[in-house]
Amino acid sequence: MNASMNYLDGNAAAGELSTIFVADITSAEGQCANCGGKKPFAEAHLYMQCPGLVARCALCGHVLLRFANVQGRVFLDLRGMTYLSVDAAPQ
Amino acid sequence: MAIISRGFAGRRSAAEAKLPPGQYLTTDFPVLSAGPTPHVSLDRWEFTIDDGSNVLKRWDWKSFRELLSESITVDIHCVTRWSKLGTSWEGVSLDVLLADVRTELPYAMFRSYGDYTTNLPLKDVMNKQAWIAFKFNGADLEPEHGGPARLLVPHLYLWKSAKWVKGMTLMPHDKPGFWESLGYHIYGDPWQEQRYSGE
Repeated sequence: MNASMNYLDGNAAAGELSTIFVADITSAEGQCANCGGKKPFAEAHLYMQCPGLVARCALCGHVLLRFANVQGRVFLDLRGMTYLSVDAAPQ
Repeated sequence: MAIISRGFAGRRSAAEAKLPPGQYLTTDFPVLSAGPTPHVSLDRWEFTIDDGSNVLKRWDWKSFRELLSESITVDIHCVTRWSKLGTSWEGVSLDVLLADVRTELPYAMFRSYGDYTTNLPLKDVMNKQAWIAFKFNGADLEPEHGGPARLLVPHLYLWKSAKWVKGMTLMPHDKPGFWESLGYHIYGDPWQEQRYSGE
């Protein structure tokens, strides 16, 4: 099985994810829970032509993050990442 | 003073009258996807039915295409609010696939190449309500629209009609699939506007 590419990069998630994260998520680094790869979130493959937003690992294609804004209530699934590292807000 | 005929102000067309609430009509066929489009070679394609422990039925592409198929013309409704009327498909009814399956399990999780999942009550895929479709408008189903074969359950929102379907797992209890676990409705009836959980 091979796959067609029809994604944006992780930077395109900045607007939607700013409803949850104070930090700029696109400057974050995450580790894929499937392959263990560590990459800047900005390099994730982002699928937005669907009922929500889906970010996939650039290395293995595993789902890193799912996000949906459902009638003003945000649903976030981060199970696809072992960790997400962001710059701490200035004190 | 402008003259406005009565029929000009807000009367719904015959086509619009066939739309579920909150939907608009499109003549395009938008492509929505939560991942890359898988290109599944026919010599590796298969569709299986299992009960969570054992595979009950398995078809490869050749044996699947030897099953009785039928032409279907149905309206389809996407939760992102577009509807498309009178779409023409060819597919194998789930009634055919489930004919020899004896089960008391009332739910199913459909699984796709690309790891998408969606849940359905078994009664909603029986009695001429669901098909595994492999042609659209007389041509082989394009990968972007779920080819080589997708589930077609036109009486529910289109996210239930899993593209690139490869199997179904029978379940004792309902369990949310990919979108159902992210705030979307567990059942998804467009005529009841069941878009989101809690509606």
